[in-house]
Amino acid sequence: MTEQVHLGIALERSGWHPAAWREASARPHELTTSGYWRDLLRTADDAGIALATIEDALSLTDRFEPVEGLRRDRVRGRLDAVLIASYVAPLTRRIGLVPTVTTAHPEPFHVATGIQTLDFASRGRAGVRLVAGASAAERANFGRRATGVDAIPTSGRVEDSAEILAAFREAGEFADVLSRLWDSWQDDAIIRDVETSRFLDADRVHNIEFEGEFFSVTGASIVPRSPQGRPLLTVLAHQAVPYRLAAEHADLVYVTPHDEADRPGFGLAGIRSQLDAAADDLRTDRERLHVYADLLVLIEDTESAARSAVQRLDEWAGAPLTSDARIVIGTPATVADAVRDLADAGVDGVRLRPARQPADVVAIAEKVVPLLRATGTLREDDGSGTLRARLDLARPESRYVRQPEPRYAREEEFAL
Amino acid sequence: MSRPASQNQPRQIHLAAHFPGVNSTTVWTDPTAGSQIDFSSFEHFAATAERGLFDYVFLAEGLRLREHKGRIHELDVLGRPNTLSILAAVAAITEHVGVVGTLNTTFNEPYELARELATLDHLSGGRAGWNAVTSSDAFHGANFRRGGYLDHADRYERAREFAALAKELWDSWPEDGVRADAATGVFLDDGVPARVRHSGPQFDVDALFDVPRSPQGRPVIVQAGDSADGRTFGAEHAEVIFSLHTGFDDARAFYDDVKGRLTAYGREEESLKILPAATFAIGDTDDDARDRAREVALQQVRPEVALTYVEQVWGRDLSGYDPDGPLPDVEPDTGSETARGWANRHAAVRSRIAKLRELSETEGLSIRETVIRLTANPTFVGTPERIAAEIDRYVQERATDGFTIVGHLTPHGLDEFAERVVPLLQERGSYRRSYEEGATLRDLLGLPVPQAAPALATR
Repeated sequence: MTEQVHLGIALERSGWHPAAWREASARPHELTTSGYWRDLLRTADDAGIALATIEDALSLTDRFEPVEGLRRDRVRGRLDAVLIASYVAPLTRRIGLVPTVTTAHPEPFHVATGIQTLDFASRGRAGVRLVAGASAAERANFGRRATGVDAIPTSGRVEDSAEILAAFREAGEFADVLSRLWDSWQDDAIIRDVETSRFLDADRVHNIEFEGEFFSVTGASIVPRSPQGRPLLTVLAHQAVPYRLAAEHADLVYVTPHDEADRPGFGLAGIRSQLDAAADDLRTDRERLHVYADLLVLIEDTESAARSAVQRLDEWAGAPLTSDARIVIGTPATVADAVRDLADAGVDGVRLRPARQPADVVAIAEKVVPLLRATGTLREDDGSGTLRARLDLARPESRYVRQPEPRYAREEEFAL
Repeated sequence: MSRPASQNQPRQIHLAAHFPGVNSTTVWTDPTAGSQIDFSSFEHFAATAERGLFDYVFLAEGLRLREHKGRIHELDVLGRPNTLSILAAVAAITEHVGVVGTLNTTFNEPYELARELATLDHLSGGRAGWNAVTSSDAFHGANFRRGGYLDHADRYERAREFAALAKELWDSWPEDGVRADAATGVFLDDGVPARVRHSGPQFDVDALFDVPRSPQGRPVIVQAGDSADGRTFGAEHAEVIFSLHTGFDDARAFYDDVKGRLTAYGREEESLKILPAATFAIGDTDDDARDRAREVALQQVRPEVALTYVEQVWGRDLSGYDPDGPLPDVEPDTGSETARGWANRHAAVRSRIAKLRELSETEGLSIRETVIRLTANPTFVGTPERIAAEIDRYVQERATDGFTIVGHLTPHGLDEFAERVVPLLQERGSYRRSYEEGATLRDLLGLPVPQAAPALATR
């Protein structure tokens, strides 16, 4: 029997191919409209996709792209991802909403409350994807920080960059503060006790008193505990340092496995063993880390149509498509097979990055999902309940709930 | 009452709907009071505001939970949403009503807040507004990266620089700045967006703004500060002022003062709307309304709440005092931090106490009755007809441009006003009968549309 997975989708402006906006089916003038995002998220929601991430950055340029000599043939401009997610929350029913947030400039306090509010507005479907560090363009936009993440070191290993290591330590603190703020109100803090005139019980709301290397946050959240308790915390990770961030702080990690034969050392088995080692070392959460594999997909009804589509896009872009994730170009069956292989390899889910929006989102919803459903590859659920419940993640208890005093057996119990 | 078309149109009333806040005005002990945080409450509130043809819904901001005597305050409603996220969600379930939120210039950065507000303006189709407030205290700062770093005197300097920089960012994209010509492959023209270089005491940025120009160009800027600095900031930047000047003469003096400052910035009277906060108690008769106001006041100022209020003013533990007895005869402790997170409570403690004592002594009021008199006095009390006539008078006689209506119950505290008062305002010809002025909040408020930078410097 096929192992089952959840399907996620990663939404990025006009799609993950840099020339996708030039497709006839693209909506390049609507990328900052509510209708564009409502349509995409509803399409994914109606298809039963479990969660959607929404990309974001605090700059006009991509992360390692220079500002000088700005390329004019790329999509520029976007909307804030947390607010897109908040907007679509009342317009969708089941799908998890997971906006991207960078951890170098935003205030952890504002992010924590924004995601909790998303959890309320979506009635328990909120998550967040954290991205460490600030690019040069982001730093120039804020003028607050001299150093940051300008490039991956030539070794390819982030351990070799003091700036990147610092960025990941900061991301860890950021995640820790989110999680603490999300726990700061116990579920039963609001008592509405007319008798004693008290709206809440202050003993059940906790200032977090966090002091870190990068910031300190003293108070409790301004938002009561949200439907999921803690919204889903997720990260994308490619190597040891981010694997450790995920193992220590995340509920769910997106990874980018390739065929071991194509790229030795980048297979799923190797990634999993590194994640397992990091979790053994660092993870305190009782819940195991859920692993989602990313695929960048371009879908047409025939192989040849898919090949010519990517050829056309690559010509427009002036270079062949590259990605950190494995690229799958083909028919709905090609993509469904790739998802099934990953399912059999034991991932919890697969996150698809559509090369073109909305075209490949629609193809995933209308063609890939039915194929996966027919082969029993998709985890089915009734769509009620929270995102955590849907993904088989328990609702965590607040860390601040005082554990009951150990109960000592009374003498008469021994007397039997 | 229809007026002949030949007659001059009456001045139009503008109304904002304030979501009930986290203070003693909001009554939670009433059996009909609902959740202050569940989304269904926001759905109900926004639907009422839209049914009542309000200009916008208005939300305060939470930066830290209030504390009293070293503990998180227990007596009032506590806990509220993140302002921006809830407004984005409310925008999705409404079509016409504006979405305006309070957001601090001290614990935000211009680039980030400007992109969030531009996003809200895009998602709402041009209905976003920003109530720009300042803060400088270490109590709130302790929740943020920079802490309580700002001198009190510098908060308006930062606010001015913040607002000016945010405007530059919003204006850095021209109208229709996205070329997106699939045939030629040009997504953006050269020089779009204009580069924003700003170097000042508070901010030093070299920015390329990443949100194309939003439907309103800029969100509507609301402001609430009442100090001399606040009024100057308002005259320069604000398009709506949310004041606390509600007595008729006081309101008119404020209106004259603030609108009088506009000419110095080359602005017209109508480019700024003044919408003071207004509470209300509606009854079938005026006596009935007074009875209802009294009932609400007793719920708002319960004995424990009254004692807490005087403890905050005095800055000391007064738990031995009887709320139904006279005011404390002891001196205040002005150095203490009994109350933390309350706006304006530290200001002028001694003059405040003198005022309380005078009120209490001349009328023989207990602690509780004194606090009721000061904090639980609705702006408008009476039949719907009386309230409609009074609101209209304020606007026709240029004491205000309308009001920010504050209900005392979540989430249906606005319902009765929308159902009983709004139709009477319409009959007087001074309130809209539909959202006919246009799609944006600027259209509803009759505000000018800001111009984008016409000539874009090439880089």
